[in-house]
Amino acid sequence: MMQTANFQAQSAQSARAPGQAQVLLSAKNLSVRFGGVLAVNNVSFDVKQGEVFTLIGPNGAGKTTVFNLISRIYTPSTGEIEYRREKLTAQPPHKIASLGIARTFQNIELFEHASVLHNLLIGRHMHRQTGLLHDLFFTAKTRDAELRAREKAEQVIDFLDLQHHRDAMVAGLPYGVRKVVELARALCTEPKLLLLDEPSSGLNVEETDDMAFWIQDIQHELGITVLMVEHDMSLVSKVSDRVLAMNQGEVLAMGTPREVQTDAGVIEAYLGSVDEVSSLRRAA
Amino acid sequence: MRFIFKTDYAQDIKLAKHPGHVFWYGALLLLLLAAPWLFAEYWLAQLTFVLIYAVAGLGLMLLAGFTGLFSLGHAAFLGVGAYTQAVLTNAGLPFPVALACAAGLSAAVGVVVGLPALRVKGIYLGMATLAFGFIVEEIFARWESVTGGNAGIHIKAPDMFGFKLASGEAFYFLCLLITVVATLGILNLLRSPTGRAFVAIRDSEISAQSMGIHLARYKTLSFALSAALAGIAGALYAHKLQFISPDQFSILQSIDLLLMIVIGGVGSVHGAFLGAVFLISMPQAIALTKDYLPAAIGQAPGLQAAVYGMVLIAFVLFEPLGLYGRWLKIRTYLQLFPFYRKGMFKRQKSFQKSDRLK
Repeated sequence: MMQTANFQAQSAQSARAPGQAQVLLSAKNLSVRFGGVLAVNNVSFDVKQGEVFTLIGPNGAGKTTVFNLISRIYTPSTGEIEYRREKLTAQPPHKIASLGIARTFQNIELFEHASVLHNLLIGRHMHRQTGLLHDLFFTAKTRDAELRAREKAEQVIDFLDLQHHRDAMVAGLPYGVRKVVELARALCTEPKLLLLDEPSSGLNVEETDDMAFWIQDIQHELGITVLMVEHDMSLVSKVSDRVLAMNQGEVLAMGTPREVQTDAGVIEAYLGSVDEVSSLRRAA
Repeated sequence: MRFIFKTDYAQDIKLAKHPGHVFWYGALLLLLLAAPWLFAEYWLAQLTFVLIYAVAGLGLMLLAGFTGLFSLGHAAFLGVGAYTQAVLTNAGLPFPVALACAAGLSAAVGVVVGLPALRVKGIYLGMATLAFGFIVEEIFARWESVTGGNAGIHIKAPDMFGFKLASGEAFYFLCLLITVVATLGILNLLRSPTGRAFVAIRDSEISAQSMGIHLARYKTLSFALSAALAGIAGALYAHKLQFISPDQFSILQSIDLLLMIVIGGVGSVHGAFLGAVFLISMPQAIALTKDYLPAAIGQAPGLQAAVYGMVLIAFVLFEPLGLYGRWLKIRTYLQLFPFYRKGMFKRQKSFQKSDRLK
């Protein structure tokens, strides 16, 4: 895989600390309430340009809700999201893509009855240059735009090694490939910020390794900032620059993967407190 | 067996993917152009109806098959087009102007009907459009000063800036031209960003939105285009029958249109045409076989409805992709002969929501 070779060459630069980089996305005191449930409670974090930022936490911690807040599927009850110093909450959901934010979904949301290529071309939608009339008559302008869109889609196909599946219908593809197609579709929008909702869920060990390489390639070669939700801690510690741990809608800890993994609060959220464990022991 | 070597991206956006397409569609067009000299007047009239229904079917296919919004009131758009055409033609407007108005008014009505589609989906949208169909039918019956009420309204022959297209042949060519233009328009849409946005909305609204597709705009656009095509078909229908009344645009007509695209094959342009052929030829086939059946069945009232119902059930059960799906299988069988396997078109059953279309 050529990308891996490039990655090796560039890995020296990967040490460039995102510490001083400017903030791309910042969530400020974000809360969202569904009826009586406070799904996200006063969460604040900054995602810096060029880093891989990971949200972890037990089920129901509110990670996906944070994603849905950023992609404007939900509106925060209180708090604010700023993207490149502009209010994201003022934008309608379909504008998010053209601001440079693309996402994947936890339970793969592909266009099932279309080929892989078709899916990627839909990813180019926000870059379209033609309206209804041009499309209706398929004018030279539409034709040129189509050829350019195809070229971009082919670059992504090359990047993620999807040549083999280019003309296959999504409905017939195995789960692992669909995950990659969804990633490819998100890349087709040429995002600045990529939201990955559990990129490794349902993947086997080998595919998870590939995914880790791709996430690193996306960060280093394409210079895309990645915000992801992930449960697989080996993947998290391999690719993440910083990790935010959440539990029951609240921030538990933030820092490097190592710092977060050794945080007492995080261990308690996953395994229970020392007292609880010892009380269980007594009961047994 | 045909192997297509792709050497150029332009190859994938061509309408005719290989010389076989050019040959067969060219042959079909030649046959249709020669039809007035080949077929008797009655059969030419039936062919004209096939073309008219195909245009309406293309509209409904765009909406239901490609955008995933089912309409149970499509006859209303047909009716709006037909009545607009009748009133304007009788007022002396030339055919193209009246046709443009019929399409435009239908599209405008389509936009209004499309508004609930922005909020409701599936069966609820079906009910909203069904109710709309009833309302429009009622308007046709009650607005007597314009529509002539239940007594109906006669319509003059199409007037091409002075030339009267009174003969069946001339009108057939007019229908053929409009059908070809409409088909090319739909095919162009489907290979460009607008059509892809429709398909995206059909398969997953949430990810269509996150790809930057403005759901409300594209759903409304789909409704408008679909209604405009139905309106054009309605205008041609009015000219062909020369007399229209509200009961021609009832729920039964809507169901016929839906039946047509389901049997033809939802989600394929071919399906609209195959469905139209089916819809027009079925009554003929029933009439022909009637005499050979026992009197208790052959002469029974409602035979046609029963046959339609059974055919529809059979298609839904055994061939959800309709006549076009069946044709695809036959074609693959012939292309791969003798290597065709029985399960080739079986979709992998997975826990994914991969069958939203059906």
